[in-house]
Amino acid sequence: MIWKILTGFLLSVVIIAVFLMPPPQKELGDVSRIFFFHVPVAWVAVLAFFVSMVNSIFLLRKREMRYDIQAASAARLGFLFCILAMITGMIFAKNTWGSFWNWDPKETSIFILVLIYGAYFALRSAVEIQERKASLSAVYSILAFLTVPFLVFVIPRVYQSLHPVQSVVDTKLKFQLPLPYLFVFLGSILGFSLIFIWLHKLEIILCTFNREREKE
Amino acid sequence: MEIKSSSWMSKAYWVFQKDIKSELRTRYGLNALVMFAVITLTAVSFAVGQFFSGTKILASLFWIVVFFSAMSGLAQVFIKEEETKTVNLLKLVASNESIFLGKFFFNLILLFILEVIIIPLFLILLNVQISNFSLFLCIVILGTIGLVCATTIIAAIVSKARVKGALFAVLSFPILLPLLITVIQGTNLALEGSEFSQGWSELKFLISYCVVMGVGSFLLFDFVWRE
Repeated sequence: MIWKILTGFLLSVVIIAVFLMPPPQKELGDVSRIFFFHVPVAWVAVLAFFVSMVNSIFLLRKREMRYDIQAASAARLGFLFCILAMITGMIFAKNTWGSFWNWDPKETSIFILVLIYGAYFALRSAVEIQERKASLSAVYSILAFLTVPFLVFVIPRVYQSLHPVQSVVDTKLKFQLPLPYLFVFLGSILGFSLIFIWLHKLEIILCTFNREREKE
Repeated sequence: MEIKSSSWMSKAYWVFQKDIKSELRTRYGLNALVMFAVITLTAVSFAVGQFFSGTKILASLFWIVVFFSAMSGLAQVFIKEEETKTVNLLKLVASNESIFLGKFFFNLILLFILEVIIIPLFLILLNVQISNFSLFLCIVILGTIGLVCATTIIAAIVSKARVKGALFAVLSFPILLPLLITVIQGTNLALEGSEFSQGWSELKFLISYCVVMGVGSFLLFDFVWRE
């Protein structure tokens, strides 16, 4: 219970700090404050995908249905966070680059992530037997995760990006943000991750409840 | 048929041979695949016209034709087994690895045959000049291998699902997208006549994609096939 209160406290501090500090990039002005929400949300979208994949591996190894529930709930949340990342990104893009969508490599990557989630749900709804659904979607989830390094790392590096490349870490993996911003940024990442864990737990409880009701 | 040497490689070869034989008898898969490719290519050629030279557009059109033809035909290898109810027999005769490899090579041959037909047609109908043919060939071969690496296991997944036709494309597309973007870039370079060294990063990408997806789907096939 205590960590939920702490999460709430942490995120309140982050939100207040984001709006009280001067904007992180002066040229861009107030719009650049969205950075503190956009990046953590995108990070959670990838984290959720990772959680889903790890649970899929456990499912294939141990054949327990609770792993399927965990994988599916993580995927549902990941989808939600993908949409949020896209929306916050679009707001930023419209104000700085002039249009909502530019097929920038990172935009392409997150769009493909949405497609992967969509395909995952399509597969789940196309299989009726519960055990078969679990293992087929687990295989697909792992297979899709194998393509993520290609998307997230290779494509943005091969093709030019509009994204601010050196905003968080530069090419030598050194932090570029001034120290107070860095704390707020890391706090925001931690806060959003904790929110994800919380939502994930709720989603698992809901899913387990629904399955047991279906059995009766 | 002699049943003496039964290492899984030779069994994979049997599965492959069996598929080739049944394909030669019915020619269902290849006919559908080639006709689909020819039809889309004709449609593209009517839309674009003869004297068009935007290499980027041509490269993407070529791969769109290959991709959608593959989507229409490659799922058949496993769906066929489900429809004729020969899955259980196949499971008894051969191990999972050999079935996967057999099906993989069958799909690969199918797609190569398709490309042998479609590339000359593409060059003739759209009046394309390939300035760096060896680079083009490397990109096409690696792209085809990568495509088959990723789609063979998806064909197996789809054959276990209820709606088969549309699902194959839906599941394959996000996984194939990094491959597609890269082969289109690479083909564009080849059409423009870039040097081999300029296309090297694309080739490296394709090789790593083939290795990762090939190994991944080879290991994961077990779980799909067991269902």
